[in-house]
Amino acid sequence: MLSARGAAMAFGDRVLWSGLDLDVAPGEFLAVLGANGAGKSTFLKAALGQQRLTAGELLVAGRPPGRGSRAAGYVPQQKSMDAATPLRARDLVALGIDGHRWGLGRRRADHRRAVADALAAVGATDYADAPVGLLSGGEQQRVRIAQALATDPQLLLCDEPLLSLDLGHQRAVSAVIDRRRREHGTAVVFVTHEINPVLDLVDRVLYIANGQHRLGTPAEVMNSATLSELYRTPVDVVTVRGRIVVVGTPDHASGSARHHPDDHQHHDHPALRTTARSGR
Amino acid sequence: MSGLFDFTDYGALLGLVQNSLIAAALLGVVGGLIGVFVQMRDMQFAVHGISELSFAGAAAALLLGVNVALGSVLGSLLAGALIGLLGVRARDRNSLIGVLMPFGLGLGVLFLALYEGRAANKFGLLTGQIVSVDTVQLGWLVSVSVVVLVGLAVVWRPLTFVSADPEVAAARGVPVGVLSVVFTVLLALAVSLAVQVVGALLVLSLLVTPAAAALRVTASPVLAPLLSAGFALTASVGGILLALGGSIPISPFVTTISFAIYLVCRVVAWRRTRRGWGGRRPAGAETARPVPAAVP
Repeated sequence: MLSARGAAMAFGDRVLWSGLDLDVAPGEFLAVLGANGAGKSTFLKAALGQQRLTAGELLVAGRPPGRGSRAAGYVPQQKSMDAATPLRARDLVALGIDGHRWGLGRRRADHRRAVADALAAVGATDYADAPVGLLSGGEQQRVRIAQALATDPQLLLCDEPLLSLDLGHQRAVSAVIDRRRREHGTAVVFVTHEINPVLDLVDRVLYIANGQHRLGTPAEVMNSATLSELYRTPVDVVTVRGRIVVVGTPDHASGSARHHPDDHQHHDHPALRTTARSGR
Repeated sequence: MSGLFDFTDYGALLGLVQNSLIAAALLGVVGGLIGVFVQMRDMQFAVHGISELSFAGAAAALLLGVNVALGSVLGSLLAGALIGLLGVRARDRNSLIGVLMPFGLGLGVLFLALYEGRAANKFGLLTGQIVSVDTVQLGWLVSVSVVVLVGLAVVWRPLTFVSADPEVAAARGVPVGVLSVVFTVLLALAVSLAVQVVGALLVLSLLVTPAAAALRVTASPVLAPLLSAGFALTASVGGILLALGGSIPISPFVTTISFAIYLVCRVVAWRRTRRGWGGRRPAGAETARPVPAAVP
């Protein structure tokens, strides 16, 4: 569904990743992990055709990613929408189908049916007619998944879709994504700084750091040896009650439960970093 | 009160202001429709900024003795281009507008001070001169309105997508940059229209208030623009009809009707949200919900 051959991305001298060879199979769940600014979101942008590779090749469903390709659906981070947005949940999903078309024209009956089906598939029928500005974070993300799936894409690209959701909604939203890939064979590329909420679903992990990457099962990648090598500094990966805790990374990329980007900044703070290191 | 209103000879007066009524109705529809996007794109301040430069353009035209409507359109487009080119991010945009606005207003005042013609013309650019729309001007107003309405119809759906949901719209291949430029041009044209009818200081009453009111009471993408246009039409045409019976200029009537509609919509929205809108309540059990209709 998504394949990369020798793919590289660099901004000037700064290489985000290079020599990336990857094949995401139908129904596979690939988690893309790494520190802030490591190039996770850029990877998604490349798959969406919004950012050109510096070298190599990237194919979505066998074709170069075109802008607005229907082969890929996109789920962004949750962000609060203005209460005065004249759209209902149903309308937001419909824009995923025909929002790129010029003109006014009435929605076709098959579009309306596709919208209703997509909302039903994510369990959002109850609030299909609620204004998007009044949806909760979890409801909004379900509607966003319905929007991304309404065109029946073979690949679902998610950019931190669980960020700023509470634990219950994180579970519900990831369950919706999981069911989709099992029932429809939709491949999932899931960018996250926090693997734990989706740990049980992940088939493979792509970990990006320091211009390098590692690809493999969670067990192959999320261990002290691999991450220490990747970060070129001693990193400890421990499993506590089924959760993976990473200690000692400069950015503390997938540590304990944190859901807000704001929290991230605390870990970038030099004082906190020192404490984390000396504490080992 | 008897000095304020006098509705004798009302029929005869109505005949005299026929052009003005047409202009006001057009402006109502255009302002109400474009206002919905102004709300969605959070560009209320830009509307005000553009209107001040449009005023400067119109004042310059008055001084030079050329077509005032043309001057107003050029001033608007210049403001729109500056805001579009230099103010890509919202924060940059607002500070840029804050810088442009007093400069435009100052230029306009300078041009008016140098102008030696009728005093009513001067005042009209700031607070409205709709009762004096002549046939030549009406031709301009109609053409500009048609351009804006056709333009809006063409970009309506992708513009809605980009305005409400820019990231996903970009991912779906909607040309975000092109639409932003097109919208700024259409907005500039609509503002110049409004400046000539209700004056630079009161543009917001037709380009912002009606849409803000409509979005309080509906989230339907079909009903919202219709209501907004209806509200703006009521305010602009209603303002003229009331002003005819009195000695006061039309602008206070337009702004008051517009504001009254807004208040009614807020009350309706408040009651509806309290009862739960579409099954949603603002203070529900879920945590990540933004508080809707937050009082600024």
